[in-house]
Parts: sequence; structure tokens; C-alpha cells
Amino acid sequence: MNVRESARFAVRGVTANPLRTALTTLGILIGVAAVIVLVAVGNGSSAAVRESLSRLGSNTLTVQASQGGTGGRAGGFGGFGGFGGGPGGVSSGTQTRTAELTLDDAEALTDATLAPHVLRVAPRVSASSVTATYDGATHTVSTFLGTSPSYLAINDDSVQKGEALTAEDWTGRRRVALVGSTVAEDLVGGDGLDVVGKTVQFNGIAFTVVGVLTDKGSTGPQDEDDRVLAPLTAVQDTLTGYGSLSAISVQAKDADSVETAQAEIEDVLNSRHHVTSQDADYSIQNPTSLLTAVTSTSQTFTVLLASVAAISLLVGGIGVMNIMLVTVTERTREIGIRKAIGARRGDIVGQFLLEAVLLSLFGGLMGVLVGLVGSRFEIVGVQPVVSASSVALAFGVAVGTGLFFGLYPANRAASLRPIEALRYE
Amino acid sequence: MTGVRVPRPVLDLRGVTKVFGAGDTAVHALGGVDLVVDRGDYVAVMGASGSGKSTLMNIVGCLDVPTRGRYLLDGVDTRRLDEGRQALVRNRKIGFVFQSFNLIPRTSAQSNVELPLAYAGVKLAQRRERAAAALARVGLADRGHHLPSELSGGQQQRVAIARAIVTEPVLLLADEPTGALDSRSTSEVLDLFDDVSAGGRTILVITHEEEVAERAHRVIRFRDGHIVSDERRAPRGAHAVVTEGAA
Ligand SMILES: Nc1ncnc2c1ncn2[C@@H]1O[C@H](COP(=O)(O)OP(=O)(O)OP(=O)(O)O)[C@@H](O)[C@H]1O
Ligand SMILES: [Mg+2]
Repeated sequence: MNVRESARFAVRGVTANPLRTALTTLGILIGVAAVIVLVAVGNGSSAAVRESLSRLGSNTLTVQASQGGTGGRAGGFGGFGGFGGGPGGVSSGTQTRTAELTLDDAEALTDATLAPHVLRVAPRVSASSVTATYDGATHTVSTFLGTSPSYLAINDDSVQKGEALTAEDWTGRRRVALVGSTVAEDLVGGDGLDVVGKTVQFNGIAFTVVGVLTDKGSTGPQDEDDRVLAPLTAVQDTLTGYGSLSAISVQAKDADSVETAQAEIEDVLNSRHHVTSQDADYSIQNPTSLLTAVTSTSQTFTVLLASVAAISLLVGGIGVMNIMLVTVTERTREIGIRKAIGARRGDIVGQFLLEAVLLSLFGGLMGVLVGLVGSRFEIVGVQPVVSASSVALAFGVAVGTGLFFGLYPANRAASLRPIEALRYE
Repeated sequence: MTGVRVPRPVLDLRGVTKVFGAGDTAVHALGGVDLVVDRGDYVAVMGASGSGKSTLMNIVGCLDVPTRGRYLLDGVDTRRLDEGRQALVRNRKIGFVFQSFNLIPRTSAQSNVELPLAYAGVKLAQRRERAAAALARVGLADRGHHLPSELSGGQQQRVAIARAIVTEPVLLLADEPTGALDSRSTSEVLDLFDDVSAGGRTILVITHEEEVAERAHRVIRFRDGHIVSDERRAPRGAHAVVTEGAA
């Protein structure tokens, strides 16, 4: 008997009980769709992070304080994306044994003779848990950054309405602020642009909003428009105190001089902090190291998601096996009849194996369909990016699952003794 | 055996014993049966319930193996056959008819009749044709597309007979084929058997009914796993026009 014959019997077997087939198929469907969607989410979020890193500019460096002596430039990417500041901000400012980056450090980096390849320098402090209040509306700001006007140029920021920060704002320690659109919309409603010129309370301290920042979009779950920028001097006066900086953003002259600029920064800071590169109390993130770190993290993330999905595929496979065992038991008599009229072992194995594969094939196809459709929607702020290999893999594994989990029931059916199968009630 | 030069027998059982279970609970279903059935014969097997008739048929049909003894089917020792060859023998040499019809559910009469041909590797077009011819022979030419559940018991049994004869086996085995049928269906089935017998095939039919046994040429009676009588009522191949070369 040929494969087409077996296939016909298998199709008949599968269609004989549509509800059961649908439910069994659903297990595989969910597994395959989960693999496709979750891998796509993983891919999408790493693509988003990479994109925002590239928007950050390929010639920006971030200097952060690290624990003295642990040194090296291999530090993680705590403030990834350039926002968010150091852990816990600097509001306490009195931790012992924590190295400090000071305004003088930042100042020193602007020295044209010591660091000729440095174009711009922006010291940063971040204030944590800042709540903005305006006219009864409140908003918890996810990133409140005190910095210098040059930060806008380094971070490729602009204002869509109002004025940017100026040197006078800095020197005059003016309590002015630029807000991102998320903050603006929450405070005044509408498109938020009316917030310009208003006085907003940040943790009870009044700042005048002078401009609304141009939208950055979001990086994965992080909303980059949920932020406030103010002159560092004023933020230190009011919210953070005069402790260490969270970080210093540095822009090299161009992409080619990033390495040189980094070496210059190390020289300047080493001599100021009386350390060597081996026991440096700060770390410098350049775009490449950041990208490497982010990529490996998002790969871990993707693998994690994929394994969760793979488990659900496995569960689907067990469902197929379960239903095939039931089918074999139910159709014991039929198997006996088939054997009595001359079915060979291979014929029976083929029929039931094909039936199992048919179930998983159908489930796999539907799963691919559902997965592809599901990946068109934004999921937790991430636009999923479907990878062809995950589709092929999920589908292949689904069919393989059918084969694997169908093998045992099919063999069990085939090894029934004809007389016992015929006598089965 | 008889000195007359007859072709080799279809069935040749020598000291066939079947024991179910072991120890105290062992059941001796067959206690050393010797039986030779020649080609073209029409044999009825009778006996009380539990006397071992079905057990005998299962062994003859290669559905079960004897505990002891030799069984030659068409000259071939069945103990030498592996599982695959047994399947082949069942497919090519034997047609089964059961008391409970045993059609495959949710499968049309036509497909049921085609099934042995499918397992024999016959091409689709030829299979269709031969199955339709077999159905026509049992008088169900117009019922090919019906499911077993849409047919009466008598019709189902006739489909089963069509399925049993479609491969033109040398041996037709029937275990109480009329046990579930009324007298009219019974006589239809028996007429078909006469027809098959006239075609030169060997028939072994198990029955409780005298009416069925009357049609046979030879009647064997069983008691407690032994043959107690063996009576010829008509010459072998009484209906047959030609007996050789038909298989
Ligand atoms: N699989 C089995 N396991 C144990 N005992 C069995 C088995 N099959 C048959 N027997 C026993 O063997 C004996 C013969 O059974 P068999 O089915 O051959 O009788 P039978 O002559 O066909 O009876 P009936 O006319 O009622 O069909 C019985 O005692 C039965 O209980
Ligand atoms: Mg019986």
C-alpha cells in the first residue's frame, strides 16, 4: 500500500472527529504561534534598542563613576540609552567608597589642549522619583535630568515648541525646564504644547517650562518621551544636592575620533583621580561596547522567550500523543479488521503516524498563520520583527513533534495481535 | 492420503492444539485436531458453544497460532511465516466473514470492499472496478456509496462477503455468518456461498444452524476441542464446474 492510500485513511481518521481534531490542533497551534510571536518580540525589542542606540550617535561616550578599584571600562550599561542615570540617582550623595565624578571633571574634559578630540561635554545628574504637578494634574516623571545646554546637541535633541536651554539658564541657575511630550500631555492634556510658559511643580519646586522636546519614540517598554531636562545648576540647588554627577556625556569630534577621544578622557580623569587604567574608578561606555552589551542581553531575552514558547510546543505534542493513544484504543477493533484482511505492520504504522503528523501539520500551519498575524500588532510597546528562521523552525518542530509523539501510539497499534484486536470490545 | 492423485489440500492440520492460559486456569480449546480439507470443498463446522470452533477458525485464518501441532495452508507451514508473510497470506489466500460483519465504520461499502485490494497494492482504477464487480455479485451494485450504518444487517453481511471474495482467495472462512441474520437474509447469504463454492473456492463455515449445514458438502462436529464426527453429504465440488486453476 502506498503513502497516498495511508494518507487517505489518515485524513478520514482526522476528519471523523472534528472537535477533537480541532482541540488537539489548538495545542500545536498555540505552541507554534507562541514561538513565532515571542521570538519576534525579542527581535523587535533588540532592533528597537539598537535603533535608539544608533540615534544616540556613533560618536557619543558616557563616563560613569564605578566602585573604586574594580575599574576597567567593561562596565555594564546601567543608564542604557543614555538616560536613567546611575542607580538611585545622586540624591544621597554621601555614599562612602563610591568614586565621584564632579563638575570639575566635566570642566576638565572641555580643555582643548588636553582633549582636542572632544567636541562637547555635558555633565548629568538625575533626580529620582520626581512628581510633576500642574493645576491638579500630576505625573510621575521617569527621567528627570539636570544637565548643561550642550546635552541637547550631544543627545540629538531639539524642541518642538518653545526655547532650548541656554548658557544663561545655566549660569543664572534658572529654574526652567524642557519636558517630553508624555509629561506635557499628562499635565495639560491635548497635544501638551500648551505647557510652554506654565509653571510646574516638581516635587513641590516650581520650574517654568520653556519648551517641549521633540518626540523620541519608545525603546521597548521604555518611553523616552517621559522625561524632563533642566539646568544642572538649578537641579542641584533644588532636587539632588551637590553630590557626584550621575554621568558625563561626551561627544567626540566625529565617529573616527571616538577611540582617540576616549583615550584623552582616560588620561585626563586618571591624572585628576590619581588612578591608572587598571584601577580606574570610572567607566566609559562607547557605542560599540554598549551595542555589544545590549545585543547579548537581548539575545538572552530572545532565547528565554523562545524556550518558554518551546515548552508550550512540547505540551502541544504531548496532546497529540494523548489523542493518538485514545484513537488507537478506540479503533482497536478496526485495526484488527484491517489486519485480518491483510494490512501489514507498516500499513498500520503509516496510517496512524500520518494521522499524528496531519494533526501537527495542520496545527503548525494554523500556528504560523496566527503567529504572523499576531506579530503585526504592537506587543508591550514593541513592534515584533518576525524572523523567517523562527517560522521555519517552529513549523518544523511542530511536524517533528507529531512524528515523534505519533510514533509510540502508531507502533502500539501496529503491534496489536490481530485476534486480540478483533476480540476487543 | 487416499492414493487417488488429488492436488495438495488447502488445509492440512496435524495434531493442532490450542491452550489458553497456563496452570490451573488453562483452557484446552483444541485438543489435537487432525483435519484435511481439499480444494473446492464446502465444509460446515458445528458443535456446542465453547467447543473450540472459533479457535479453530482463527488458527486456520492465520489470526492466531497453535500451541502445538502443524498447520499447512496450501502446502505452506504457517509456523515458518513471519508477521509480514502472515499478513500477505491473509490478504491473498483467505477471505473472512464474521458474525458481526466487521465492516470499517464511517467508511463506504465501496471503500470497505476496496480495502483488501489496497493492501494488496492494486491500482486505484482497477481496484474500483473489481470492488464494484464484487458488490454487484452480492447484489449491492447500487449501495457502494452507503456507509455501514446506512445498511441493514443482511446488506452489511453481503458487503462483508464482497470484501472477502474480492481478492479471489482460495479459502473463504465464515464464523457464524448468519448468526445475526433473519431467515431471508440467511438464505441470501447461503446462496452467495453456493455461488462462491461453485466458483471453485474452498469454504469453511462455522454454524449452529442445520439450515446452513445442509448446504455444505461435508459436516464436521466438534466437542470439547475434538472432532467427534465428519460426515460427507455431497461429493467435493458438487456445485463446481471447474475446480482447478480458479485460484
Ligand atoms: N482468548 C482466550 N483466552 C482464554 N480462553 C479462550 C480464549 N478464546 C477462547 N477461549 C476458550 O476456548 C474455548 C473455545 O472457545 P471458542 O471461541 O473456540 O468456542 P466456540 O466453539 O466458537 O463457541 P461459540 O459457538 O459460542 O462461538 C472456550 O472455552 C473459551 O472460553
Ligand atoms: Mg465462536
